[in-house]
Amino acid sequence: MNTLVDNQIDHQDYQLHMIPTTKFKTNTIALKFARPIERDTITSRALLPFVLQKGTKKFPSERELRLELDRLYGAKFSINGAKKGENHIITLTLDLPNEKFIDAENDLLKQGVQFLHEVVANPKLIDQAFDPDLVAKEKETLENKINSIVDEKMQYANMRLVDEMCQDESFGIRSHGYIDDLDSIDGTTLYDTYQDMIQHDRMDIYVVGDVEDEAVQQLFESEFQLERQNPVEIKEADQVEAGQMNTISEAQKLQQAKLHFGYRTQITYRDENYPALQVFNGIFGGFPHSKLFLNVREKHSLAYYAASRFESHKGLLFVFSGIAPEKYEEAKDIIMKQHESIQEGNISDDELEQTKKAIIHSLKETLDQSRGIIDWHYQQVVGGKQQTNQDVIDAIQEVTKDDVKKVANLVALDTIYLLTSEDGGAQDA
Amino acid sequence: MHEIDIPKVQETVYHKQLDNGLDVYLYPKQDMEKTFAIFSTNYGSIDQSFSPINQKEMVTVPDGIAHFLEHKMFEKEDGDVFQQFSERGASANAFTSFTETAYLFSSTTEIEANVETLLDFVQNPYFTEESVEKEKGIIEQEIRMYDDQPDWRLFFGTIGSMYRHHPVRIDIAGTVDSINDITADDLYTCYNTFYHPGNMQLVIAGQFDAQQMMHLVEENQSAKTFDHSPEINRDYGDEPIGVDQNEKTIKMPINTPKCMVGIKEKPDALEPDVLLENDLIRDLALDIYFSKSGLHYESLYQEGLIIDSLRLEYMLEKSFGFTAIGASTMEPEKFGERVKEMLHSIKTDQINQDAFERVKKKKYGELLREYNNLETVANNVIQYHQLGLDFRDVFPTLEQLTVDRFQEKIQSWIDDDQITVCSIVPEGE
Repeated sequence: MNTLVDNQIDHQDYQLHMIPTTKFKTNTIALKFARPIERDTITSRALLPFVLQKGTKKFPSERELRLELDRLYGAKFSINGAKKGENHIITLTLDLPNEKFIDAENDLLKQGVQFLHEVVANPKLIDQAFDPDLVAKEKETLENKINSIVDEKMQYANMRLVDEMCQDESFGIRSHGYIDDLDSIDGTTLYDTYQDMIQHDRMDIYVVGDVEDEAVQQLFESEFQLERQNPVEIKEADQVEAGQMNTISEAQKLQQAKLHFGYRTQITYRDENYPALQVFNGIFGGFPHSKLFLNVREKHSLAYYAASRFESHKGLLFVFSGIAPEKYEEAKDIIMKQHESIQEGNISDDELEQTKKAIIHSLKETLDQSRGIIDWHYQQVVGGKQQTNQDVIDAIQEVTKDDVKKVANLVALDTIYLLTSEDGGAQDA
Repeated sequence: MHEIDIPKVQETVYHKQLDNGLDVYLYPKQDMEKTFAIFSTNYGSIDQSFSPINQKEMVTVPDGIAHFLEHKMFEKEDGDVFQQFSERGASANAFTSFTETAYLFSSTTEIEANVETLLDFVQNPYFTEESVEKEKGIIEQEIRMYDDQPDWRLFFGTIGSMYRHHPVRIDIAGTVDSINDITADDLYTCYNTFYHPGNMQLVIAGQFDAQQMMHLVEENQSAKTFDHSPEINRDYGDEPIGVDQNEKTIKMPINTPKCMVGIKEKPDALEPDVLLENDLIRDLALDIYFSKSGLHYESLYQEGLIIDSLRLEYMLEKSFGFTAIGASTMEPEKFGERVKEMLHSIKTDQINQDAFERVKKKKYGELLREYNNLETVANNVIQYHQLGLDFRDVFPTLEQLTVDRFQEKIQSWIDDDQITVCSIVPEGE
């Protein structure tokens, strides 16, 4: 496969990562601000992306900001916050056409960098604070968004599982914040959070596209200055042993129950067992050929979906399924049996090989998208381990059945969360 | 095999119609790691009443059958086809829309073998009563999952409120009751009518040699025999021009209400010679007025009538078409009224030349961006083909569109009789 090169420049204020490729008609720039997640500041940090998109000094309203993006040939722009391990990351992404494909333009990339700088460095302020009306309005938006999570059952069930499982850990902090905190936030406190982020967060910049490294480096030197000092370090997550297994059940008015499982793996990105964990997850529930899909869906027709996914930086693994409420016990038993079966080493040659191929395929597929390229490289920053895509493929190839069995025995069930119907599945089918 | 050059993006697609009627499009793209292939039939959820192959009389089959058939294509006498793709590290999938059923895979190794498998499994149906019965439990869970999703219910609620007879009003997956009526014989009737190569397209995009690939497809197809296929006779009912209901309210156990305003197309807007132009006009109109750089979006936000963003949809097909503007909102009734007013005001608004050129620029950038993604290009090729259009025509159509033409066409689009408002509100209100 083609090796992607991350040409890194260690700037005093940020890491600049340039990843040249001819795959795309557009160039993507991402700015990432990271720091350990904290209960005290999370709601403020969750609110910041909303407020920062509502205007800058030069573009004082959301509409004017968006009109500028239209002028840049419909550049796509977003700001969002997310949790990676026990860190909170705020990402600004700008995707704009490569000027090679536009006859009339030759400095779109420059205009794009200037735009990002404007959003990051010159937000719209009134007396050294964010506009109080704007903050009030966006607090309302965030509150409404938090209140509507319960309407999306899968997302709600994921959130509740992590709430229950990681109550006393940083990972249990909700990345979208808490309604109870909103009262104490105003334009001044939010501005403090913003300044803290700009000055002290760890900062990484990614540029992916058909562009010259030197030109990009110069652009950032000349167009992107920030006042920064003493940046914080990314946090390595605390590991917790799975204790007594906990079962939580909640009832709502719904048609399909959500049965989610939370496991502790004790394995994170930098761990030598990480490739074996990837293969374990693939055999267990990562793909349509996995044990969960074949047994829960195909063999017993219990669910439309039944899958597993692991968290790379905290050491967790989750199983998700959507089932008829009255099938809870049956589905639970089948899911647990699939794990036990791998623990006993019940892995066929086919399963092992197919899973390795599927993991390698999905890595290559990820690297065919600019966002995928950025996320994949950034994972190494958060995970504290640098490797090439070929290193990763080689490591997957070397995983043996014994390695997978060993990992299966490290993976311990911690919490079962069931979101079921109020009538407990008495509905007629 | 003839070359279709797309100078705007510096790419080339190859096309050939084979002797059996199958249209094959090849898009070699050596930079990408993967290859994506999609095999599609012009047969979707709306094709419920038709005259089966070699029969004169019309039949009507149960709701949701095209989607059911899609699920069952993967099962064969000797097992599941997913398995064959998995063994080669490929990931396979399928989808059913209103007008199309498509089977697809993406793969980074053994591409030729995967292409053969794709062609062979779709052209070799195997349905038994037993396997049809087994699938009902899985699809029932799929339907119940959608039933719990307010966005899904809102979208189909809006369509159902616009259309009185046309089968677009029915959920693609059907209902738990309707799928229970489906038999293996029904599946064969639909398969034999709609899966003839003359009604199908194959698009392959990615890392391969076009000559060799075309040769492989031709060899594969010439080894199979197909009956001569007559034109398929489809009936979509006698649909009135105006909307069925001007207003509709759905109650659901949710926290946050939602509202969607739908504009139903008049049949003359869907004629082949104007369909693409009208499609672009709907797109640009949504951009000018309802995107985040739009005047009306800004008003809705200022008036507190939307939570965060608008959901904008438009879909113009030969037999039906609509545009929809939706949002999560604390005041669904007011939102609906305001959006209706705004739509009417568009008719008298004078757009200036600069603003119009700006949205054209934006659209041009979006068209470029589509070529970042093999799936998007392949899906576009199929959709345009099924509409009887050349997928490149969107570039000149956009270039030639003038403000005057835009404003003239808006006049006949927006009309009170064509507008519906659908709301989802919490139960007990």
